[in-house]
Amino acid sequence: MASGQVSKRVKFKSSVKDPGTPGRLFLTLERLMFKPNSPNSATKLNMEFRFVKNHKYTKEGSNKAPMLNLTSSQGVSYIFEFESYDDLHVCKECVGKALSKTGETPKPIDTSEVPSEQPSTEELLLRMNMLRENGELQKLHMRFVSDGILTEAEFWATRKKLLGGNFSKKSKQRTGLKSFVLSDTKPSTDGRTNKVTFTLTPEIVREVFAEKPAVHQAYLNLVPRKMSERDFWSKYCRAEYLHHAKNANAGAAAAAEAAEDEELALFLKPDDILASETRRKIRCVDPTLDMEADEGDDYTHLPDHGIVRDGSKEITESQHEHYRRTLSQELNRHAAVVLQGTPIDEEQLKDTQTVAEALKLSKQGQNASNEETDMNTNQDRLSRISKMIEIDDLQASSDLPLAPLSIKDPRDYFDSQQATALKNSRDTSIGNDPVKRILSTEESYASLRDSISHVKTTGLINPIITPEAAVKVLSVLTHNISSTKYDIGKNHGLSFLDTLPNTSKEELLYHWTSLQELLRHYWSSYPITTAYLYTKVSRLKDAMSKIDSQLQELKESVQSDLRHQVTLLVRPMQQAIEAAMQHHDAELQKRSARSGERSNGYT
Amino acid sequence: MKFQIEDVTVCFPYDHIYPEQYSYMVELKRALDAKGHCLLEMPTGTGKTIALLSLITSYTLSKPQGAIKLIYCTRTVHEMEKTLAELKLLHNYQVKHLGPAAKILAIGLSSRKNLCVNPNVLEANNRDSVDAACRKRTASWVRALSAENPNVETCEFFENYERTASGAVLPPGVYTLQDLRAFGKEKGWCPYFLARHMVQLANVVVYSYQYLLDPKVAGIISKEMQKESVVVFDEAHNIDNVCIEALSVSVRRQTLDGASRNISRIEQEINRFKATDANRLRDEYKRLVNGLALSGNLPGSDSWLSNPALPDDILREAVPGNIRRAEHFLHVLRRLLQYLTVRLDTEDVEKESPISFVASINNQAGIDQKTLKFCYDRLHSLMLTLEITDTDDFLHVQTICDFATLVGTYSRGFSIIIEPFDERMPHIPDPVLQLSCHDASLAIKPVFDRFQSVVITSGTLSPIDLYPRLLNFHPVVSRSFKMSLTRDCICPMVLTRGSDQLPVSTKFDMRSDPGVVRNYGKLLVEMVSIVPDGIVCFFVSYSYMDGIINTWNESGLLKDVLVVGYVSSFHLVFLMILLFQEIMQHKLVFIETQDVVETTLALDNYRRACDCGRGAVFFSVARGKVAEGIDFDRHYGRLVIMFGIPFQYTLSKILLARLEYLRDTFQIKEGDFLTFDALRQAAQCVGRVIRSKADYGMMIFADKRYSRHDKRSKLPGWILSHLRDAHLNLSTDMALHIAREFLRKMAQPYDKTGSSGKKTLLSQEDLEKMDGSGLQERLY
Repeated sequence: MASGQVSKRVKFKSSVKDPGTPGRLFLTLERLMFKPNSPNSATKLNMEFRFVKNHKYTKEGSNKAPMLNLTSSQGVSYIFEFESYDDLHVCKECVGKALSKTGETPKPIDTSEVPSEQPSTEELLLRMNMLRENGELQKLHMRFVSDGILTEAEFWATRKKLLGGNFSKKSKQRTGLKSFVLSDTKPSTDGRTNKVTFTLTPEIVREVFAEKPAVHQAYLNLVPRKMSERDFWSKYCRAEYLHHAKNANAGAAAAAEAAEDEELALFLKPDDILASETRRKIRCVDPTLDMEADEGDDYTHLPDHGIVRDGSKEITESQHEHYRRTLSQELNRHAAVVLQGTPIDEEQLKDTQTVAEALKLSKQGQNASNEETDMNTNQDRLSRISKMIEIDDLQASSDLPLAPLSIKDPRDYFDSQQATALKNSRDTSIGNDPVKRILSTEESYASLRDSISHVKTTGLINPIITPEAAVKVLSVLTHNISSTKYDIGKNHGLSFLDTLPNTSKEELLYHWTSLQELLRHYWSSYPITTAYLYTKVSRLKDAMSKIDSQLQELKESVQSDLRHQVTLLVRPMQQAIEAAMQHHDAELQKRSARSGERSNGYT
Repeated sequence: MKFQIEDVTVCFPYDHIYPEQYSYMVELKRALDAKGHCLLEMPTGTGKTIALLSLITSYTLSKPQGAIKLIYCTRTVHEMEKTLAELKLLHNYQVKHLGPAAKILAIGLSSRKNLCVNPNVLEANNRDSVDAACRKRTASWVRALSAENPNVETCEFFENYERTASGAVLPPGVYTLQDLRAFGKEKGWCPYFLARHMVQLANVVVYSYQYLLDPKVAGIISKEMQKESVVVFDEAHNIDNVCIEALSVSVRRQTLDGASRNISRIEQEINRFKATDANRLRDEYKRLVNGLALSGNLPGSDSWLSNPALPDDILREAVPGNIRRAEHFLHVLRRLLQYLTVRLDTEDVEKESPISFVASINNQAGIDQKTLKFCYDRLHSLMLTLEITDTDDFLHVQTICDFATLVGTYSRGFSIIIEPFDERMPHIPDPVLQLSCHDASLAIKPVFDRFQSVVITSGTLSPIDLYPRLLNFHPVVSRSFKMSLTRDCICPMVLTRGSDQLPVSTKFDMRSDPGVVRNYGKLLVEMVSIVPDGIVCFFVSYSYMDGIINTWNESGLLKDVLVVGYVSSFHLVFLMILLFQEIMQHKLVFIETQDVVETTLALDNYRRACDCGRGAVFFSVARGKVAEGIDFDRHYGRLVIMFGIPFQYTLSKILLARLEYLRDTFQIKEGDFLTFDALRQAAQCVGRVIRSKADYGMMIFADKRYSRHDKRSKLPGWILSHLRDAHLNLSTDMALHIAREFLRKMAQPYDKTGSSGKKTLLSQEDLEKMDGSGLQERLY
């Protein structure tokens, strides 16, 4: 067994009734072979375990002969009759191992320990592709599956969603839009003159065009035939400025300006394109939140019916309502656009003209598909409503659709996690290092200032601080200021990780991803209900402790000036491992306690 | 599952049931057996609607001899859709398990605007225009005309429906508005008239409150409902306000001008008819002598919003002689308009009772009370006679007649208030004459009188003894149910101080204090960074919300909600950056505005943002449309923040008059009523986070006044029972800590059936066991 090869005397049968061909069965982890005793017998077998789909065997104690039945993926069954049950057991184990080894999950009839799934050849291909495309995944796969820490099936079970058919199609995720309002361009004044400056970048332009289709339309119509780009945007900014004017009669001012200048009026008046789009959208809104329909049913709010002036209704000056745009409207519009996402890639963000053209193209495409999608969404909506109204816990839960979590660059997540950890440690425990460091910074700064003022009053009689000390204080100060910049983790161009030597950085990230993988498997195997899970957990535990020690080594190996930061990076990982270990131990104790109780009860 | 409640086999579409649902059904059944009214408060998120629907449909099935009709009233159309969707689920289940005998017909009914399928009619963009456009095509005289002249446009859907006549029926099933439209389109029948017709035959009718409470609508839609119906008012915590609104009218300058234009047009029409078809007017005169019972013999498509006062006797009375002739009636209206114009032209606020107002009309315009009372019906009759189809142009004169009828009918429970301007904007003259109803029982009285069982239910009916007084009825069952919780899945908190330990409140003198505004902002910023998915914020009013959003935006706080970067002063820079850098997770912001369409879209997008995992914040207004009926369950709302206490605008003359009336008639103290009203709104706002016991959510009441016992104690019991003493006086950082802990705790898997001892989920066996023991109890 140790060599991975098993050979047993068997009779090979093509069916149960078949008297069988006596011979020897050789089993390795990859393939199984049958050699008949008589060399001229035609019944030979040499197949890879990949093609075995299923295996069954007779139970000990039943008065049947010990038989093992392997079903190939084509549906042909191969039956081997053993001389004894012991032989069968050995082979059974070997087959089970071999099957799980090749990713084929065996499905013994009387056990349900192993997650059972037979991947189709397509799925296997998919897996191969994924491994090929995703280097990181490949590394993980190599590390765990090849080392036997995880079986192939276990490894892929957690990635079922990745293998789902549609994922491969749209695996290329678009970057979403940023949430904050870019185009809320606060005019900057230089303080001396009355000039107001607005800054526009292609990104801002994209946002403006997406949120205000009328401006987009106007741009396409006017620039560059009727007016120059510059004129266009200065008009636009003028309009924006009017909108944001703080005085109460902003509406009136806007109205007056609009009356004078017809192009300016384009920006100031309500957006017609938007309005028609709104009308289209409201028609396919979820009826369980359609308040517009409600309006249409409300007979108490006929004009002049109901209570008008009890203070619950708001008062607006309706005169220039037409020209008023509220912040709320803008924010809603902005959020809607962000949610919709952008059809324009980053590469296209070159200048205004390209942005405008690209948007136009994408819009045409959208309109064409709108008709169909409207129909589809209708159906979707209905099924969603019926799902929504069900009360979850009164009923066995149906499998909810999950969106795959797709973190493009795991490093971002790692960084931010580290920043959070840092912050937490700073927040919670006062006696902690970082806090102390800050305190000492302040102290040193204060003492520096004191001494400077001291010098100022008393004059430089003799150096109060030695130059070396001063240099040290200053360097610590600057170091801390810059290192807090790293802590924040926002600017990952400057992240601390990048300051590490490449090898240790790689190593750190590699450990991190592997640890995540292990932890995921580890926690998903609780509660331990079967022996299979039990062995899996102990396997995982060993692997994790290995990583732990590796981390420790890594920590010690880095240069001393980086050690603190590395420690901070490693700490959350170690904490996670520790938590897992603790849980494991506690569980173990509980288990033994329980079994102890039981034995007490029995004896 | 199926189980017995006494003699009724209840078919419930889930495998398990909450104990409170079971006891809710038991109480409800008692009320139905007693043929009386009942009042039931059960927390949101315990499946009130499905419990109610299951019991009543099962009850009906078990009593085949006297089929009981269920009239289910919802506050809004979207709630109607939700109820019908639940009913559909139930119906499918019942048909599957009980066979075709369980088939019922259930329909939702709404206005033409929501049911019409004629594209030409739908082009009109508000309800009145749709109504008018429909009448223009379906009125009997228009159809008669089109028979001669093919150029006159009619509605093919209506024509098809009429042609099929009695053959046009809906097969059994549950029909939402959308289903009705789809069915109508498929068959080529008008869904609106089909639904109106089927209302009489349906086992379950779901429609809006107004179809029963507002006499203008109730007269035509709900007239023929049989007495043996069960009427349910769901989400009824605001029912008194709906009743009051239904009977209140206000008159402005524009109304008077419009009405006077309407009268001139009617006059022209009369002259035209006199020249061409004088018989018509003579016939009408004869009819009026015989009393007003005219609606009965008119074709359905001509029916009108009926008399706003509805007393039955009015239909039997003859119309007073002085308004039987059309010209005379117009004279009366002119005099009335003149009188109202004079009254409106005042410098001071005036308040009057209907009796003295009617007396003064009698003195100065020579119109007596009885004439006033008949105005609405007289106008109605006249407009039918004159074959006026563009009814939406005549709304003003209808308002005036409505007003006259109400003033002439009720002598108590109303007052007339004339205000020359809105006191919040005294520089803009905007005189308005308001006839405001103070007594909610007036509008609902016909409902209580007419139907055998009326069920009033909601998540917040506290204090439950107040409602029978406000609505003046005697429930046979009045109960408030607790929520049995598997785990503490709601976490109410009272936040009294901001992060700088200064008190926060929306009290009038504090609300615009920059410190309070900033503390509120900081609270949100902090919460946004730790709460996943959706957060809902409620403000006390639109103007306050707008103000606060603008301030946040200017000070950059809103951007912090969106992302980061707040610099207030040099001293804070270091601290702030650390604080906000944590908020890397941005949330999108959506805001309720007064524009319904925009709000609807914002809500739709909000849900989408929550669905896709981006997370979002929704800013809304207590007493607004969103607070009224939109659920923020599950990931759509993990946290609700109520900024301030949503008191009514206490300087309003109408509110003062109502308070006075309540004090004099029901001995309810002003302060008590205001607090009760504010807290039911607050409870309503926060109560929408929970959908089931598997769901969880936090509620923050951010105002120092909530910590006072007299305010807090008015919250419904199911919130109070989770409000721990330690959570009564929190500052932002403490609330933050609690929130973190809570969210962590809620994310753990748990045992849904409840820990040993207290069962929070009952299976069929549990119920059978319980029933056995219940029987034993009864035996001994």
